[in-house]
Amino acid sequence: MEKKVKNFGYSVTRDRQIDFDANNHDVGKIVALAEPTLHLCISCGTCSATCTASQFTEFSLRQVILLVRRGETKGLLKEVSKCMLCGKCQLVCPRNVSTRNLIIQISRALCNHEVSGSAMLKP
Amino acid sequence: MQKHIVVIGAGPAGLESSANLSNLGFRVTLVEKEEVTGGHLNKWHALFPSLASGKHTIEAIVKGLNPGIKIQTATKVTGIEAVNDYFTVSGHNGWQEKADAVVLTTGFQLFDSHRKEEYGYGIYENVITSADLEKQFASGKEFVNRQGKKPERVGFVHCVGSRDEKVNNLHCSKVCCITAVKQAIEVKQMIPEADVFCFYMDLRMFGRHYEELYKQAQEKYNIQFIRGRLSESTEDKDGNIIVKVEDTLLGKPLRIKVGLLVLMAGMEFPPATKALTNMLGLKNVSDGFIQPLDEVLHSNLTEIPGVFIAGTCSGPKSVSDTMADARSAALAVAEYLK
Amino acid sequence: MKLEGKRLIWQEYQKEIADDHYFYARSCIRQTFFPGAEAVFVKIMKDELGKDIHDEQHHTSCTGIGYHADVVPFDTTMTVIARQFALMTEAGYENYAASCVTSFGLYTEVLETWHHFPEKEAQVREFLYKATGREFNKPKNLAHASDIVYKFRHQIAAKAKYKLIDKNTGEPLKVVEHIGCHYSKMFPHKGIGGAEYPYVLSGMIEAWGGEVIDYPERRHCCGFGFRQYIVQANRGFSLSCSKKKFDSMEPYQPDMIITNCPGCPMFLDRWQYALSEMEGKTYGKNNNGIPVFTYEEVAGMIMGYDPWKIGLQLHQVSAEPLLDKIGIPYDPLSKFKGKNGEDLGIPETPNYLKFYAD
Repeated sequence: MEKKVKNFGYSVTRDRQIDFDANNHDVGKIVALAEPTLHLCISCGTCSATCTASQFTEFSLRQVILLVRRGETKGLLKEVSKCMLCGKCQLVCPRNVSTRNLIIQISRALCNHEVSGSAMLKP
Repeated sequence: MQKHIVVIGAGPAGLESSANLSNLGFRVTLVEKEEVTGGHLNKWHALFPSLASGKHTIEAIVKGLNPGIKIQTATKVTGIEAVNDYFTVSGHNGWQEKADAVVLTTGFQLFDSHRKEEYGYGIYENVITSADLEKQFASGKEFVNRQGKKPERVGFVHCVGSRDEKVNNLHCSKVCCITAVKQAIEVKQMIPEADVFCFYMDLRMFGRHYEELYKQAQEKYNIQFIRGRLSESTEDKDGNIIVKVEDTLLGKPLRIKVGLLVLMAGMEFPPATKALTNMLGLKNVSDGFIQPLDEVLHSNLTEIPGVFIAGTCSGPKSVSDTMADARSAALAVAEYLK
Repeated sequence: MKLEGKRLIWQEYQKEIADDHYFYARSCIRQTFFPGAEAVFVKIMKDELGKDIHDEQHHTSCTGIGYHADVVPFDTTMTVIARQFALMTEAGYENYAASCVTSFGLYTEVLETWHHFPEKEAQVREFLYKATGREFNKPKNLAHASDIVYKFRHQIAAKAKYKLIDKNTGEPLKVVEHIGCHYSKMFPHKGIGGAEYPYVLSGMIEAWGGEVIDYPERRHCCGFGFRQYIVQANRGFSLSCSKKKFDSMEPYQPDMIITNCPGCPMFLDRWQYALSEMEGKTYGKNNNGIPVFTYEEVAGMIMGYDPWKIGLQLHQVSAEPLLDKIGIPYDPLSKFKGKNGEDLGIPETPNYLKFYAD
């Protein structure tokens, strides 16, 4: 039976709060296994400051890394696709994060997650 | 005649100053309010960044004490009076000594975390302090929360009682950042499967090997650092602690459940010492700690000739900084009594 | 949870509450939201406790809603409040009792402002005199009406016919307490128990036999907040604040919510209806909601007053399951009868939230 829904002229507002417990952390775990330098990021922003894509779009590798760590992966694949893999971020990172591979691994995990509902890589 | 120095407070600063002064040929009386010497270090399981044992460190310092030093424990100093060219120092139990110089090594008091009401210390069982955690480590018992369970997640809250004008403490307590990193690593060593989070405003890894320890915490132990100061904690039905913090680097509020929340309590100037410094007419600056005659040139001297300071009574310090400060104070006293 | 920990904090936040002779200022909105609440307060004070309470006819709004919605400037607010104080002075009273939490907060704010800026007080005295020819004394004691009920909670318990106890199991009812933000968040020392763990309602619940529930979103605002509610398009924000609270308290299966603010019971009650119509979601058992009461209504309930005489039929979430649980009798047929027994008709029935009409 379809539920009757009344129109009040307003509705429940989407909660902005990051609900860490409710989020899925698979992508973060898989990426960390594939590219352990993920752990080393200190959110300094050097990568996004030098990034070509960051100058003209909202793309920020610093934020992408944080979103992966917090399990906030909804809509992230589109974000990551803005990277052109030029490698400039890797040159400047003070913690030697392997940023190019990180982007590739994040994309891969997100693709798998989107296609199969799991971030696990198929053999 | 052999000059006599009274050192007040037998923590690491008092012990090390006394040892050095005695070695320099002075007669030393070290007075301590507690039954035993060692101060806060007695209760501290391991020291950053090397994880050296607190107990062994104190034992090594005490070993360096000359047998000539008179140690007067269980004596709370209640009076200091400058009389002509000497001081009369007296205790609550009738103890009294004349001294040619006085060294204040009275230390700090741990911030009382009950005062941050919104964090729930003393109310929610699984909210503990960094000092409580050291006690738990020292007990050697299995690491469990108050429900007797191994916590799946542990959170560390930096800057509790520090950098917080709501509790009248603007100052940074210096050692809590690195202590949190140290304790987070120790928790991970005990429960490798636990997720550990540090909630910080800035990570102040100022000392040698601190940054390395921080990197190790990230690389080897996958400890997560979330930049944001805790706004409040509450308890869920199962006794877990729900914390609210902003992930300031993402610009969004964040909610996370932890099985144990550790508050990194900062350092404060103790009111009991304040009474002594008032008696002497010493200046305490806005952060409450004793102001040296000159922060760069004469960091162990006060504006009263013959009254010296060492250790955390003149501001938060690590144990190694305290030890160096204690040695430098001994030299400053020797110079004065020459 | 360690109750001793809370008790230590409660000791720090106690305040003086006058023992008798109150000048009572009603709320602008409570008489339409929950019309029985203030009447029950006056009745209990006069008839049960034998107190002298002056129910002033000529006072106005404190301007709180307008002030918080940015349409009334503070100078105007202070002058209006000065007039209320003048009415108190003229009536021969010194103890001001505010029915509304926002008024209480605003009176406190004004008195604090005058304390720190005496020149402001002098100016307001001049404004008031020029406008109305009135003069005033500041109250000797300012209390929210919930402070007063808190003060006499044990006397009320001693006279009560019922307790907040499940009559079948003998277990205490699980009660959520919700404190209006303006009660103590602005001035923690002016509220019983402070801002983080307010005790004013918890004290009543304990004294009346119930068990207080401390749930994760306890401190969260109900979402009323004047500004966001007044504009229809913003109401989703208000609704979502209440929803956050319901979602957080739901696992505890609370029997009821007690509030001390005009807005909170209105929104915590009505939003349960709106949420049920929008999402088909109800928060109590068997499509019931969680009933929401003012502390005065609860006092009236345990005193054994007729539930329909204290206005419980005006609640969107039906009170009947709770009345049954406590064992308070009521006549189902007279729920929608007017003062002289005239039939007022039955309201539109909600689609999801359980409704009791006979």
